[in-house]
Amino acid sequence: MTLLDSFLTRGALAGIGVALAAAPLGCFVVWRRMAYFGDATAHASILGVALALMLQVPVLAGVLAAALLMSGAVTLLAGRGHAVDTLLGVMAHSALAFGLVAVGLVGTLRIDLMGYLVGDILSVGKTDLAVIWGGALLVLGLLWWRWSALLTATLNPDLARAAGIDPKREELVLTVALAVVVAVAIKVVGVLLIVALLLIPAAAARPFSRTPERMAGIAAAFGAVSALGGMQAAYLLDTQTGPTIVCLAAILFAASSAIGAVRGGAR
Amino acid sequence: MSLAQIRNLAVRLGGQTVLHDVTFAIDPGEIVTIVGPNGSGKSTLLRAILGAERPSAGSVTLRPGARIGYVPQKLHVDPTLPITVRRFLSLPHRVTDAEARAALMEAGADGLARRQMSRLSGGQFQRVLLARALLARPDLLILDEATQGMDQPGSAAFYRLIERVRREHGCAVLMVSHELHVVMAASDRVICLNGHICCEGAPEHVASAPEYRALFGTGTKGALALYRHEHHHSHDHSHDHDHDAQSGGGAPR
Repeated sequence: MTLLDSFLTRGALAGIGVALAAAPLGCFVVWRRMAYFGDATAHASILGVALALMLQVPVLAGVLAAALLMSGAVTLLAGRGHAVDTLLGVMAHSALAFGLVAVGLVGTLRIDLMGYLVGDILSVGKTDLAVIWGGALLVLGLLWWRWSALLTATLNPDLARAAGIDPKREELVLTVALAVVVAVAIKVVGVLLIVALLLIPAAAARPFSRTPERMAGIAAAFGAVSALGGMQAAYLLDTQTGPTIVCLAAILFAASSAIGAVRGGAR
Repeated sequence: MSLAQIRNLAVRLGGQTVLHDVTFAIDPGEIVTIVGPNGSGKSTLLRAILGAERPSAGSVTLRPGARIGYVPQKLHVDPTLPITVRRFLSLPHRVTDAEARAALMEAGADGLARRQMSRLSGGQFQRVLLARALLARPDLLILDEATQGMDQPGSAAFYRLIERVRREHGCAVLMVSHELHVVMAASDRVICLNGHICCEGAPEHVASAPEYRALFGTGTKGALALYRHEHHHSHDHSHDHDHDAQSGGGAPR
């Protein structure tokens, strides 16, 4: 009870929750080269925020819907004339622009725009915390359940098919997991930096990993350290918490890359 | 009952008919090799049998419960994905250390268990893929250009290995290969494909068939004539492979 009354504790728990869910998912984002896809999904969520406020539905629902719609649209349009990175760039930035315009139309009174863009971990309430951990556990459960199939499909879709796994279905699992993580992470790092929290700890874990599971575990540790250390540093330096968390993750990545280069990579 | 029955199969990719009127069956325990020039639909045929391509006409019927082991043409393991050979063998179904060791031994890849997949040589990689396919206890082993990137002695050894696997596991083998002269010696039956089945039968029979020679030429059992073909004909003859298999024995070597 009393523990959760402290905004610092709530913030720390929120950060850890998001970091734990983002780590294994982030590994798939790295392995499958989905970074831009993640950006598009995340940027679409600001549009989701605006629409949710317009329609007076919960923000979480709006963000989930927008993220899922975006990934559906990208999947549909991919392979129809435009290179995928062009398509994703167009979609990501258009979604962000339309989202910002929509937010403007809704009226500035009701929206703390900066909070949605870069997060506001210190304003996490008890309900937010429940939503974040609910979403995080949902994603972790989903990935745990599908782990082997996801890995096989990531290595080679035909290899998966021969084993009776539908690679399209596994792709959908990742899409849904990504939408959920984006939706619950907005409070913590905001839409601009969510992908950083997916990507950077996973990339930093690579040099120390011999197996996929190990990489996910180390990424989770790096993510949690970044979240907690970032909060601490933001408090000391009086800076924005979300960006500070990402800065710390980036510093960990730089250090890990340097160590990896010196050791000649993981063997 | 046949292990796999392919009836009047047609596959269209991007608006183009890649395969049409393909009919053949694979019986338990036989080694069937598909040969054909580039773009003749060999890989598409394998993918249709795996269920990765949807037929635009016809059907692929596998015997209920038939297990498939698949060795893909090439498998690119992204360097960002750390995975040891041992871990790879447990995908998607966990196998014990003893099973993994036995499979690696059988595929001639023993001692590689702790190596990273992304650091294997081409030949080692294909042997590991074979070991993984064997762990599925396949009734049908499907190999798509499994010896790509191996030198000649390496691929000859690989095909001898496939013959031994067939002998010991009793599984049927369906493979695609460019290396006609090597692979044909190891096959029970050869199917010459170019959008449709041009001819089929015992290796000796196919090697001397006019359709095959039209595709691959006559020199050195056809091994040299892989790269060029003008084959936009539509010779329409029946594909009675029972007949072909019988007549195959008498064909000149």
